[in-house]
Amino acid sequence: METDMTPVDALRAFGRDLLSAPRRLYETAFRGGPPSTDRTRSTFVFGNVFLHLHSVRTHRWSLRWTTTFGLGIAGVSAFLITLATGILLMLYYKPLPDAAYQSIKDIHFVVPTGRLIRNLHRWAANVMVVAVILHMARAFYTAAYRKPREFNWLIGIGLLVTTLGLSFTGYLLPWDQLAYWAITIGANIAQSPREVTDALGITQYFDPGGLQRLLLLGSDTVGAEALIRFFLLHVMILPLALAALMAVHFWRIRKDGGMARPADADARIAAVRHDETYPVFTEAPAKTYHLAAIVRGRTPAVGRGPENTVPSMPHLFYAELGVLMLTLLLCLGLSLLSDAPLKELANPNVPENPAKAPWYFLGLQELVSFSAFMGGVGIPMIVILGLALIPYLDRESQGTGEWLGGPGGWRLVRRSAIVGLGAPLIIESSAIHFGWLREWFPEIPQLAVTLVNPATLLTAVYALYSIWCIRRYQSARAGAVGLFTCFLCGFVVLTVIGTYLRGPNWAFYWSPALWPGH
Amino acid sequence: MTVSARPARSRLDPEPISRRDWLGLSSLWAAGGALLFGLIGVLRLPKAAVLDSPSKRFQVQLPATLDPGAAFIPPGRAVAVFRDAQGVYAISNICTHLGCVVKTGAEGFECPCHGSRFAFDGSVTKGPAPRPLPWLKVSVRGGAITIDEGATVPPGTKVA
Repeated sequence: METDMTPVDALRAFGRDLLSAPRRLYETAFRGGPPSTDRTRSTFVFGNVFLHLHSVRTHRWSLRWTTTFGLGIAGVSAFLITLATGILLMLYYKPLPDAAYQSIKDIHFVVPTGRLIRNLHRWAANVMVVAVILHMARAFYTAAYRKPREFNWLIGIGLLVTTLGLSFTGYLLPWDQLAYWAITIGANIAQSPREVTDALGITQYFDPGGLQRLLLLGSDTVGAEALIRFFLLHVMILPLALAALMAVHFWRIRKDGGMARPADADARIAAVRHDETYPVFTEAPAKTYHLAAIVRGRTPAVGRGPENTVPSMPHLFYAELGVLMLTLLLCLGLSLLSDAPLKELANPNVPENPAKAPWYFLGLQELVSFSAFMGGVGIPMIVILGLALIPYLDRESQGTGEWLGGPGGWRLVRRSAIVGLGAPLIIESSAIHFGWLREWFPEIPQLAVTLVNPATLLTAVYALYSIWCIRRYQSARAGAVGLFTCFLCGFVVLTVIGTYLRGPNWAFYWSPALWPGH
Repeated sequence: MTVSARPARSRLDPEPISRRDWLGLSSLWAAGGALLFGLIGVLRLPKAAVLDSPSKRFQVQLPATLDPGAAFIPPGRAVAVFRDAQGVYAISNICTHLGCVVKTGAEGFECPCHGSRFAFDGSVTKGPAPRPLPWLKVSVRGGAITIDEGATVPPGTKVA
């Protein structure tokens, strides 16, 4: 302590420091200060561990509404909503058979706001699935997966699979009829490689299917062990995987140079006046501004920043916040309109008839109704492999960052949609009307049914059509457009058939109103 | 700057590795190997040595009058038991497609989940089921009938 200081001075200094502690706490936590100038706006982004996944400045092209429609951020927002509501649900949820069902009932009927939180969780999960699929379609139809973004497309596929995994493990937890039979069917899909090993007669030596089922269920029957494993997947393993993949996905966007944009994006942006969007609550750079005001006309430095970029804070972050609020509004609206379902307590002796998964899996359920292995394992693997290969086979550059860019354009998409919708309709209606191989040749070996069934036929038609597109348009991008459009159309057709046209015993009905009464 | 021609080296006569590099590389491989072996050991954890599942053997009391060809479903079990002139036999009621419990219909067993149909002898008549419903081991001892869901017998095996 300094010698010329009296004890009173020391106490006074102490009191001053104590009073300024809150302000200094704030200053040490947020070192950049308020984001009011270009420099502090930069610090605001790169000085923050979470925000610096974004770059400091954002290209105007990325901020155009039609570039992304905010679909990726909508998916993230839905994930954040499920995260928050999921933690709240875990306060009451008990992952044991029967107790699980009772705890969901408690959440729904007894816990204050429990019903709203559960509805929000369920609807946000649905919104997330839709947003992720649409976001993928956006990335595809703007050819945004091309160099240097190939690897991020793969991360995106990983995110899609993880999202579907979270949805699947989620609706198992209430331990109602839907949950019990979905676990049973899911575990048996995991076991379905036996369909092939049995046909080859090697199951007793090599049984990957049986091992997968055992690892999922932790037992040879569906019970407490299975529930705790799916609970662990739902609340720990898959969310962590999703968060890790998301971090890489966002960081890669920045490292790959932001959103994909056409080569002439700058020229097209320059044609539009942006004075009204900038500056936003800033102390305008007074000197330059006055000079610019004297000299009528446009100067390069004012208002637009270098290379047609604007500070991410506030332009990008406020746009993202807007999408978050819209997503929350959508989920809240849906939650107030419609309650999350809860069926009867699981009954291991009587499956529901028909036992239907949530809508996003009904296309898959339609596929497994032809062959468990091909529909549940084989074709999904082929689809994922096909999607993953797209950026490595399409190495063209025409139309990058452009909606429906590249050869063929909208005409090709329309043509592909006709094939994509027509093929499953024709194949399904003939299979529904005339039956399939087993009805015609009762003695046919199982391997033939596994290899040749409506599901594999549809996959083959789509693959051949895509190869035809490559030939016809002399372009791998055209083949990719054919394949992806067919994939989306097939998903829609199969989902609609599974949802509306399948009744008891998975038989065909024109409408649920025609189902025989139970 | 002069470029000195270095002697060409082949696969049989590789570039010598320095002692420091060798030590670094071998410790890297040792660390990687140790982690890998540890991981392989722990991978056994999710597969339990004893499975938590109810007993698969149970006794069944058939009704005094059971028509040949008519199925008797013991309460709480996914098994259909039959009795005819040759004896008693039991057929699993778990669909070989994706594990749903089949219902007894007029012409055989029907699966509600994906539409598989089976005849009363278990053979597949329609749908995606890859295998017939298995026949289960039945033992009759002094009037008491025991069925073992864990053991299958060839179709047609009836126990008097």
